[in-house]
Amino acid sequence: MMLGKFILGMSWMLPEQASTYAPEVDNLYLFLVGTTIFFTVLISAAILYFFVKFRRRSESEVPRPVAGSMVLETAWTVIPFFISIGMFAWGAKIYLDQYTIPNDAQDIYVVAKQWMWKFQHPEGQREINELHIPVGKKIRFVMATEDVIHSFYIPAFRIKEDVVPGPNRYSTVWAEATMTGTFHIFCAEYCGTSHSGMIGWVTVMDDKDYQAWLSGGAAQGSMAERGANLFQQFGCITCHKSDGSGQCPKLEGKYGTMETLQGGEKVLIDDSYIRESILSPLAKIVAGYQPIMPSFQGQASEEQLQMLIAYIKSIGPAAAAAPGAGGGSSKISPPGMNPAAQRPPIMSTGGASMIAPVGQPAQPVQAPPQSQK
Amino acid sequence: MSLIAVDPIEMGAPQVDGEPLSYLNDGHGLRSWLLTKDHKRIAILYLITVSTFFVIGGIFALLVRINLLSPNGVFDADTYNRLFTAHGIVMVFFFLVPAVPAILGNFLLPIMIGAKDLAFPKINLLSWYMYMLGATFGLIAIIAGGVDTGWTFYTPYSTSYSNSNVLLAGIGIFIVGFSSILTGLNFIVTTHTMRAPGMTWFRLPLFVWGQYATALVIMLATPVLAITVSLMALERIAHVGIFDPAMGGDPVLFQHMFWFYSHPAVYIMVLPAMGVVSELIANMSRKNVFGYKFVAMSSLAIAVFGFLVWGHHLFVSTQSVYLGLIFSFLSYAVAIPSAIKVFNWTATLYKGSISYDTPMLYGLGFIGLFLIGGMTGLYVAALGIDVHVTDTYFVIAHFHYVMVGGSLMGFLGGMHLWWGKMTGRQYPEYWARAAMVIQFVGFNLTFFPQFILGYLGMPRRYAAYPPEFQVLHVLSTAGASILGIGMLITIVYFIWSLKNGKRAPANPWGASGLEWRTSSPPPTENFYETPIVTWEAYEFAPIESMQVLGYPGDSSRSTQPVPKEHGTED
Ligand SMILES: [Cu+2]
Ligand SMILES: [Cu+2]
Repeated sequence: MMLGKFILGMSWMLPEQASTYAPEVDNLYLFLVGTTIFFTVLISAAILYFFVKFRRRSESEVPRPVAGSMVLETAWTVIPFFISIGMFAWGAKIYLDQYTIPNDAQDIYVVAKQWMWKFQHPEGQREINELHIPVGKKIRFVMATEDVIHSFYIPAFRIKEDVVPGPNRYSTVWAEATMTGTFHIFCAEYCGTSHSGMIGWVTVMDDKDYQAWLSGGAAQGSMAERGANLFQQFGCITCHKSDGSGQCPKLEGKYGTMETLQGGEKVLIDDSYIRESILSPLAKIVAGYQPIMPSFQGQASEEQLQMLIAYIKSIGPAAAAAPGAGGGSSKISPPGMNPAAQRPPIMSTGGASMIAPVGQPAQPVQAPPQSQK
Repeated sequence: MSLIAVDPIEMGAPQVDGEPLSYLNDGHGLRSWLLTKDHKRIAILYLITVSTFFVIGGIFALLVRINLLSPNGVFDADTYNRLFTAHGIVMVFFFLVPAVPAILGNFLLPIMIGAKDLAFPKINLLSWYMYMLGATFGLIAIIAGGVDTGWTFYTPYSTSYSNSNVLLAGIGIFIVGFSSILTGLNFIVTTHTMRAPGMTWFRLPLFVWGQYATALVIMLATPVLAITVSLMALERIAHVGIFDPAMGGDPVLFQHMFWFYSHPAVYIMVLPAMGVVSELIANMSRKNVFGYKFVAMSSLAIAVFGFLVWGHHLFVSTQSVYLGLIFSFLSYAVAIPSAIKVFNWTATLYKGSISYDTPMLYGLGFIGLFLIGGMTGLYVAALGIDVHVTDTYFVIAHFHYVMVGGSLMGFLGGMHLWWGKMTGRQYPEYWARAAMVIQFVGFNLTFFPQFILGYLGMPRRYAAYPPEFQVLHVLSTAGASILGIGMLITIVYFIWSLKNGKRAPANPWGASGLEWRTSSPPPTENFYETPIVTWEAYEFAPIESMQVLGYPGDSSRSTQPVPKEHGTED
């Protein structure tokens, strides 16, 4: 009984299923386990049977040649082909789900560096190698690295995404936890000496505990508030004036909208674009403006960049439409308004906002397919 | 008894010091070896050096496994990182890539097509020297402090962060790459231009098809490796921003370029072994290979499709989702020709005369392990699953089943099938069977637990790990020890047999193929007379009629004189 339960429970071969995505992945996995065991046993049995049945009986035995068979060749080409197509389609569906980031996800900002994970909550809490998230909420991880490539991996959620350095990209991945508990965070891409020490824990809490945890944290203000301070400190405010009279485009009401660049190309203003504009401002110049902005590469840390982005997001179109709704955190949003809905959905394995999937809820601006650079 | 069991000396073959005259005693001294243009002697040079690197790589593997006995590691992280990097670099670039083509291919390809040598014998020798030079660089890199990037050299870690001997290793890989290109070129030209009369394309042994397809891949893929390594060196030395975003480069570009070579390289490692397996299965069951043309063409299909799937290594590397879909689909497509091969090998056994000797055991061992390696390829090709298992032990287990279970089993099977042909001595059958079984058990115990480890989430390249993974790691290390003992037995009896093995007859297996129609070991020119091929591939005649072509002591051909040029060669 115990053994049967052990095997059926499969706790020895499957990690905990702690996200909505986990059972989907496991179902395909178990389907593959079943299918491949079936064919492996079938072929092995045939080989073993032949091995015994047709063993050499005398040293000088020479069997008659056997002619090939077009029917068999066709069968064992076509049947595996169709099975493969099925596996491909199933795997692709799961992958598309995973990388189509829902537009009502909450953000967690992640900075990877040799050899630690740093997390920022929009509400202002910051953690290292520990992460607290609420159960049953869609979480988008917006990730950057300070040095080499790392890979954000939570086995219990079945999610993994490389965090690739570069001025023009954030890596993004999302998950919705389905059970409370504590689960491993690993760095899955080799990143140097203490690669195996770049591990941590994600603690999934129910919403009440999470809210309590949020309010118990350090109160240095939300990310957006700190971003607003940085916006002054770095002097951004002197050019990007809120009344539009500065030498640079005003940023109010811009997040999630389309901007026209010099040369007519259109670009979606999202996290990656803002990051690129701060770090390599000359890469994409807004039409009608001079390329005068200096690069803040090396001046603004990855965390500060994320705060600046949180600030710009907080003064996005939704905020502009509802004056006084500053801050950008879900706690202080006007009722009935989900601040995350300001962000257009992106389907991306990171880098650029590439595609707006069809059939998504209405957006501030529908983003057409486009490519980075 | 049949002709095949007759000792060549008793047949009246010309002798040197009590041994039958052959390429082995046609010229003595180190000089005659180091300056040889004989493809067979060059194959022996490769055999000695490549096997040495196999032993070195194996020692690194055991050290890696020892470290993983404890969750906290036995060595410090820096040491461990150098160990797995050294294991990967040595095994991939200095053992697996050259093993089958440079040893078995060099020795057998000309004989199998009825030629006296490869098309460019001097270039063949040059390629061995380039291998030696490159391997020396690699070895120096490892001894003088090591490399800590992993064999994949991902940027920007390798170009801007690592303080290890990346450049030296890169130079070594660059040079060894040109060694394989030269070998590939030689094989292609030889196969096209030097086939014996009557040896049409579809009479070629499938081993030759495998080598030919491999040579195509080598010629087309390896230059990209050379370019990638050069750009990496350029960025590391001159700080030209190519891959490091801090200098304006793109790190994912490196991954595209690296895998554009390294995925086809998987086929460089496994295609020639598949060619060997066709020979093992056919000859040890005395059956024509079922669906010969399908097996031959599937090698070419693998070679072509193999170039189109590199992006399946980048499913979580921020590559576009749509590229992911395309690469996943093509990865499934490349699985089909491999499946065709397995089905045809299985069907070949049907109504065969199956020998239980070691080469057959390795042939079946290959199929068994490659089945698991190939089947688990279906898991990692599935996008949704790969996100979870990529960069974990699942992938480690998968590619070891393909590359060790596949390539190494094929290589060892080939070594046993042709050992007598190459050295003139047979290996001890009892010990060989025992070693094969030990290796098979050890291999599965080493790598099967790693599938489970990987799906449970154990990342690769971890010097230390959470304690819940320890049981499976200990099992794996136990398996590696058994595998190591099995390998040691093989090495010992191969060396032992050189002096003490039974003298090998021309055709110990009652096999088909031109290499069995010349003496063991063959004369320098391979044949006593140019063969004229009038039979199809894998036509097994009754054993009594399998004669050495133009063999001096062959009573049925008593009019044949000893070839004139033979005795006068120095
Ligand atoms: Cu890392
Ligand atoms: Cu690949």
